[in-house]
Amino acid sequence: MDALINKRIKQVLKGDQSAFSDIVSHYQHSLYQVCYRMLGNKQEAEDIAQEAFVRAYMNLHTFDQKRKFSTWLYRIATNLCIDRLRKKKPDYYLDAEVAGTEGLNMYSQIATDAPLPEEELEKMELQERVQYEISRMPEKYRVVVVLKYIEELSLQEISEVLEMPLGTVKTRLHRGREALRKQLNSL
Amino acid sequence: MMNKCPQYIVEYMHEYLDGDIHREQELELKHHLQMCSNCQQHMHELSDAIAFIKSTTHISAPPTLQANVMQRLPKQKQHVGIQKWLRRHPFVVAAATFTLLMGGTLLTGYNDNEQFSVTKQPNLVVDGQTVIVPEGEVVKGDIVVRNGDIVVEGEVDGNVTVINGEYMASTSVVTGEIEKIDAAFEWLWYEIKSAFKDAATLFNKEDATNE
Repeated sequence: MDALINKRIKQVLKGDQSAFSDIVSHYQHSLYQVCYRMLGNKQEAEDIAQEAFVRAYMNLHTFDQKRKFSTWLYRIATNLCIDRLRKKKPDYYLDAEVAGTEGLNMYSQIATDAPLPEEELEKMELQERVQYEISRMPEKYRVVVVLKYIEELSLQEISEVLEMPLGTVKTRLHRGREALRKQLNSL
Repeated sequence: MMNKCPQYIVEYMHEYLDGDIHREQELELKHHLQMCSNCQQHMHELSDAIAFIKSTTHISAPPTLQANVMQRLPKQKQHVGIQKWLRRHPFVVAAATFTLLMGGTLLTGYNDNEQFSVTKQPNLVVDGQTVIVPEGEVVKGDIVVRNGDIVVEGEVDGNVTVINGEYMASTSVVTGEIEKIDAAFEWLWYEIKSAFKDAATLFNKEDATNE
C-alpha cells in the first residue's frame, strides 16, 4: 500500500493533480474519524479533514518520502483540530444567549464544563455517550487517547505524529486513561 | 478510596496497559493486585475505560469529502502543462523554432522585395519592368529578376531566376539553370536551396583548397 501511495505522491509532484484523488480516497475515513473524535461535530470534522488534505497537497514537496505518509497526514489534521479547539474558546461569551433559544445561554451548551445530569446520560445511545466522554477529556489527553485507541497507532507513531518525546506521549496517555476512568466513575 | 499503596503500583498498571512493563515489575503488580482489592478495582476501571473508548464504531467520511477536496485544490495552471510537454519534446521545439525564425526572415525578405529589381550586369537593358538581354550580347554571371519579366535574346553564361515574373526567350542560350518562382512558398524554397548551395560551394571550395 505504501508503495502505491508513494507512487501517487510522485505523480502529484510531477504535476498530475488527479493522482491526489487516490490518496484522498485511501485516507479519508481515518482522517475524518480523527477530526470527528477530536471536534465532536460532523460539519467541523468534514471542514477540517478537507483542509488537512488541501494543506497536504500544497505542502507535498516538503514531505520526506522515506517516512510514513499517514503519520505526516495525521500531524496536519491533529494540528488543525487543536488549533480549531483553541480558537473556539474565545469565540463566544459564555453568558450570551444562544440565538433562537429563550434563556438558554452558552453555559448550558458546553458539555465539558458542566456534566449532563444523570438521567440525560442514561438516555444517550452508547455511541453518543462515548463521543460525549471523549469530548470531556482535556484536548492534550484527548488527542493521544484517540490516536491510540481509535486509530490504533503505536506509541512510537503517536510520538511522531505529535512531534513530542515518547515519554511525554506515555505520560499523557496515562493521564488520559485516569481522566476517563474518573469521568466514568463519577456517576 | 484512600490508597496507602505505593504510587509506583499505578505506574506499573499503565506500563502494563502500554505493553511495556518489565517482567519482574509485572510479577510484582500481579502479586499486589491479588492482595489489594482497591488496586484491583483501579485496574478494572482502567481496563473498562479502554474498552469503553474502543467500543466506538468506526465512522466513515461523508461521500462528498473526496470530491470536495479535489475541488478545493488550486487549479492547475495551463502553462505548466505546456512547459512540461515542451521539455519532453526538445526536437519538436527546435524544429518549430527553426521554421518560425527561417519562415519569418524569409517571408520578410519576400515582402520587402515587392519592387522591381534585377541583378546588376553591364550589358542588360531595362525597359520598364522588363529586362532584356540584347541579341549578340553575352552576360557573364547569374541574373535574378524580381517582380519583372526577362527577355533573353542574347546569351547568358549563368543561371536565370525570375521571381514573380515571366521568362521569355526565343533563340537564347542560357548555360545555367532557368527558374521561375511566383509563390511565397517557392520563394522560401528557393532561398533555402540557395543557402544550401552556398554552403555546398563553400565546402567544395574548402575541399579544393585542401587537395
